[in-house]
Amino acid sequence: MVLKRLFLGVGMLFVISVLIFIGVEALPGDLAEAILGQAATPESIQAFRSNLKLDLPPHTRYLSWIGGILQGDLGTSLANNRPIADLLSSRISNTFFLAATAAVFSIPISILLGILAALYRESFFDKFISIFTLSMISFPEFFVAYILMVLLAVEFQIFPSLAIVRDSMTFFERLYAISLPALTLTLIVIAHMMRMTRAAIINVLASPYIEMAHLKGIKKVRIIVQHATPNSLSPIINVVVLNLAYMVVGVVLVEVVFVYPGLGQLLVDSVSKRDLPVVQASCLIFAGVYILLNLLADVLSILANPKLRHPK
Amino acid sequence: MKKTGANRLLNVHDLCIEGYQEEEWRQIVNGVSFYVDRGEVLGLIGESGAGKSTIGIASMGYTRAGCRIKAGSILFDGQELFGADYETLRRVRGPRIAYVAQSAAASFNPAHKLIHQFVEMPVQEGIMSFSKAEARAKELFRRLDLPDPDNIGDRYPHQVSGGQLQRCMVAMAMACNPDLIVFDEPTTALDVTTQIEVLGAIKEVIQAYGTAAIYITHDLAVVAQIADRIMVLQHGYEVETGETRQMIESPKKDYTRELLSVRKTRGKTINHGGEETVLAVENVRAAYGNNVIVLDGINTKIGRGKTVSIVGESGSGKSTLARVITGLLPPIDGKVHFCGEVIPPKLKNRPKELLRRMQMIYQMPDTALNPKHKVKKILGRPLNFYFGMSGKERDQRILKLLELIELGPEYMERYPDELSGGEKQRVCIARALAAKPDLIICDEVTSALDQLGAKGILKLLQNLQNELQVSYIFITHDLDTVKAISDHIVVMYQGKVVEQGPKSDILHPPYEPYTDLLLSSAPEMNPDWLDHVIKHRQRLADKGVSIRS
Repeated sequence: MVLKRLFLGVGMLFVISVLIFIGVEALPGDLAEAILGQAATPESIQAFRSNLKLDLPPHTRYLSWIGGILQGDLGTSLANNRPIADLLSSRISNTFFLAATAAVFSIPISILLGILAALYRESFFDKFISIFTLSMISFPEFFVAYILMVLLAVEFQIFPSLAIVRDSMTFFERLYAISLPALTLTLIVIAHMMRMTRAAIINVLASPYIEMAHLKGIKKVRIIVQHATPNSLSPIINVVVLNLAYMVVGVVLVEVVFVYPGLGQLLVDSVSKRDLPVVQASCLIFAGVYILLNLLADVLSILANPKLRHPK
Repeated sequence: MKKTGANRLLNVHDLCIEGYQEEEWRQIVNGVSFYVDRGEVLGLIGESGAGKSTIGIASMGYTRAGCRIKAGSILFDGQELFGADYETLRRVRGPRIAYVAQSAAASFNPAHKLIHQFVEMPVQEGIMSFSKAEARAKELFRRLDLPDPDNIGDRYPHQVSGGQLQRCMVAMAMACNPDLIVFDEPTTALDVTTQIEVLGAIKEVIQAYGTAAIYITHDLAVVAQIADRIMVLQHGYEVETGETRQMIESPKKDYTRELLSVRKTRGKTINHGGEETVLAVENVRAAYGNNVIVLDGINTKIGRGKTVSIVGESGSGKSTLARVITGLLPPIDGKVHFCGEVIPPKLKNRPKELLRRMQMIYQMPDTALNPKHKVKKILGRPLNFYFGMSGKERDQRILKLLELIELGPEYMERYPDELSGGEKQRVCIARALAAKPDLIICDEVTSALDQLGAKGILKLLQNLQNELQVSYIFITHDLDTVKAISDHIVVMYQGKVVEQGPKSDILHPPYEPYTDLLLSSAPEMNPDWLDHVIKHRQRLADKGVSIRS
């Protein structure tokens, strides 16, 4: 079952690579003119094109691109002629660092809040949490980012407003540097995960085995933790992983606002510079992460189901 | 039994319970009073909606969501449970009053092993250590005749059959040797043959441990086997209460008499119609997936205007046969003839005209009707689809159909939610009739209804057959239904036909051993029946007939 999903995932990645290629092809403007500038002579443009093999038909270029990737070669950047793999590696680790920090805080907090909201359903606490998290998700992420910046960096000056990281920084200095983007991400993803946890547990609380647990005289907290939570894991896992994927893939705006040297920032820069090989490679990495995390969600959901874990 | 004041365990006085329906609180239990003495079994019986389950769990001080106890007194062993705080109630539940639910499959937590669910309460309350509780579980499992009592606790609920799971739940209720157990329809979800084992096991343990019980069921014959006294309920009111034998032999109230008479219904079949065969099944073999054969060598025939009942317990292949006939599951071998012609095995290869002539009615009218469509639209669809009717012509035909199912024209504008279970099933019947079929396949059509509702549906089907000469295939595990409606009976067991023939042959001795087992499993209104049948089973077992459980 897992193998089948893995194959599907690889197949999907190929389809996505085609879509990315077509999308980049469809971008308006001529690459050579954009890079060489208006003053370029027709000869130099011609030379630039043949150098980059832009004069070849698209399917040949696609095959050579994908062939290179399969051999582990992501190509070279147009802007500075460095291998893309080098360019990406530090960016990827930055993006993952930010996502991981946000995940470490947001996942336990939102699951705990979800469980508490389910336990004290319809109470003031439940309503307050719902309103707070929903308003956070309703604002665009850059808005939340700027508000936090104004409050915590300008007004109270607790955290740095820009998330600048250098290689020389220690782990905790880095952590401090990214506190605002991490907080922004946490606030944005918490609503989803908390509400799904709450809904999944409440859904399970209506089952006959929960009534049975009540009539067996089991304590309330134990009912939620021992009886309801294990049976609501599957939807919770799915929403958690989906949000993890969002934290890696959807951080473009947050990275730009805080000038954080992550993959998202690189993508935006490369689009404006028309550094197409970098755009393609970044998109492919985003797609790969997304597919991999969804695969993980599927596998974990299967493992969370006792009927599949212990067949008859 | 003794009935002195000192022996009184539970005394419920003037209990009123409200339910939140249609945005207001309505009284659903109206001033019911009863008592249970130590070691005594009280049966609560009534149709669905009589409030028997609500009363049963209210005696534990518990109400389901959307219900509340409004007034009254629930005195358990000198302690008032109505209005008691959560912690007091929680301590009573489990060690002192235990609960056995209708569906063990739904009431065991799928995520934990049986043994962990068994020991949970005694260990939490500090009554037993884990190993002591485990030993107690094994003792009870053995006592309740569960296979492999030392290891069955290590299984998950889905790894154990329904009847065994129900017995595990009885064991779990007995864990701390409670004073009182509330049994909430504990055998309703089981096959007749399995029902006996569970019923026998329950009776045996509660007698052995001297436990008092409230036994809730809609089946008078079941409660007669186990209860010392019976209380009859209707619409949340007490109808009457009395000793079991006296209630069965000489009930005082009309309603009780009516409940008793449901069991005795025998529909009279008017035998007209010639020898014309509507449907014939020839040497059918069918399988799910590639390897598991679920039907093997099935041969049977249905005459015009006749009713053939297919009986068997769950897993016998009776519903699969219906899927083969309707083309949902093409057989791997064999043929289906309809009005003398071999018909395509696959549904999608069958012409519309053939589809029209064969209709189906399902077990759950709730899920078979689109809740967003009015009755008018539900009945109008087949008229339009098969006959291209529209406008006035269609409306007139819908009125005719409503008349056939004994519902008034005002039902045209109603949604399924506004109908009772019996009325919904009537609409399903009308929808099948709209196509003017030659054959209707009825898959457990009465099992989701209470006894009086079921009786009405069977009578209606019989009248319709007399009037319209339609043939029925009746798939059921309920032998009373079979006795009431069939002309011809096919008994199935593990994918094979055990026996078939006219009703009079099958239902009279000499019996085929498996048919005997099925017939003897249907509860009878005699309080001694269970003891007899368990002995009878022993004899059948000696002859080599066994029951899967």
